[in-house]
Amino acid sequence: MSFKTFLRHMREGFKNVFRNGWMSVASITSIVVSLFVLGVFILLVLNVNSIADKADSQVQINVHLTLNTDQKMRETLQNEIGSMPEVSKVEFVSKEQGLIEFREDMGPDAAELLEGFDEDNNPLPDKLLVEVIEPTTVPFVADKIEALNKTHDEQPIYKVNYGKGSVETLFKITRAVRNIGFVFVAGLALMSMFLISNTIRVTILARRKEIGIMKLVGATNAFIRWPFFVEGALIGLIGSLVTSGVLYIGYSSLTRSVQGDPMLGLQMIPFDEIWVLLCGLLVGLGMLIGIWGSTVSIRKFLKV
Amino acid sequence: MIEMQDVWKTYPNGTHALQGISVKIDRNEFVYVVGPSGAGKSTFMKLIYREETPTKGQISVGGFNIGKLKPRKIPYVRRNIGVVFQDFRLLPKLTAYENVAFAMEVIEAPKKIIKKRVNEVLDLVGLRSKANREPSQLSGGEQQRIAIARAIVNNPSVIIADEPTGNLDPETSWGIMQLLDEINFRGTTIVMATHNRDIVNKMRKRVLAIEHGNIVRDQVRGEYGYEF
Repeated sequence: MSFKTFLRHMREGFKNVFRNGWMSVASITSIVVSLFVLGVFILLVLNVNSIADKADSQVQINVHLTLNTDQKMRETLQNEIGSMPEVSKVEFVSKEQGLIEFREDMGPDAAELLEGFDEDNNPLPDKLLVEVIEPTTVPFVADKIEALNKTHDEQPIYKVNYGKGSVETLFKITRAVRNIGFVFVAGLALMSMFLISNTIRVTILARRKEIGIMKLVGATNAFIRWPFFVEGALIGLIGSLVTSGVLYIGYSSLTRSVQGDPMLGLQMIPFDEIWVLLCGLLVGLGMLIGIWGSTVSIRKFLKV
Repeated sequence: MIEMQDVWKTYPNGTHALQGISVKIDRNEFVYVVGPSGAGKSTFMKLIYREETPTKGQISVGGFNIGKLKPRKIPYVRRNIGVVFQDFRLLPKLTAYENVAFAMEVIEAPKKIIKKRVNEVLDLVGLRSKANREPSQLSGGEQQRIAIARAIVNNPSVIIADEPTGNLDPETSWGIMQLLDEINFRGTTIVMATHNRDIVNKMRKRVLAIEHGNIVRDQVRGEYGYEF
């Protein structure tokens, strides 16, 4: 194929989108609708994921120390825990600080209950707050820390606490949310491919006569196929760009209204961070479907 | 130009459309193919432009053995055969000019040459002034003229016309026949299936009559020979 012929196919493909007027509108609309549903779901899954990630990473290990642990022992422990490869951060929280934080957590309603506790009369132990790199290693690291007790005669660790049970449940839930999300997205992607290619197939069915005529005039299959290819790609491109635009407008206004509302306390992923991924995916998928739908459907008629 | 040797065509449903046809059509001939409906005329035509393949026998058109043609090669043979139909078969969304030009784009002719040649044939069929109209804006006779222009634009050696006047009134039909006669005069072989008695009897040419899948009559300057 010469370059001039290639240009001719491009031109014809562009023209065909307009020549087929309402048929093109129908194809583009079906692409927009399907990709929109898919896009909304992807955004939802991404956000749920990010919330789940945050929940996971907030899991900490509380290492409560026995009352008579001295500073030297404490520092040794801090070093030993800090040198574990899974651990990202070890922070010492003195019992005084612990009491202040406890008061804050409980709020003004509980002020009465905590009355009488002060520096001299503090029931809280000193503790080490341990954060890990990979949230799922929390139970394992906790066991490791507990085992440190055996290496010291003083048995400085009173208790290792990480919300055993509830943490495992949290991980299970976040993992399930992720998996279900991806299954849904994959299913939706498949479904929209099917829907769109079906619409395109119908619009091409209306043109099988044209294809027959082209063959009678002596057009090769490639000559007939190329403009259809370009047309399909273009329809997919237009459809996915429209979808991306609609999603952008909808998502940014939603982000703005949610962010302004302290009650929800939700942190949505800013569109800037995901638009490349999202739009890239939509445009790629849209064009793929457009091309696939048009070339697969005409293959049948080319055998005339 | 066209030669058939003992050609049989049996369709998958068991219809024996052609039963051992042998015929030779020379360069520059004008041949009418007549006969009752369902006698095998259309199959005869379709075999020539390779819409169908023979079940048995040999067909050659312009030196190509059409029966043995690989599907990949079909387009190239068709470019040497112009086809004209009762229902015109123009591309509905293209203008008259674009319809004719399409046949030249297919052979990847340069744009300049396409423009020159398309205008030439539009002049020949008398429709240069309506070049920018779409088929739906043209009358039946005009659409058929455009179809003929498309058929001849690449200078084919044969034109296959399957009832080209079937949808047209007598006056318009005469115009089309004069056009085909002119094209034949310029050196193109024409094979035309028809039910039009007046035309065959007034414009005397070779007549092939097909009945029950056989050629039952082959006359030089023949007549229609049927009452309908």
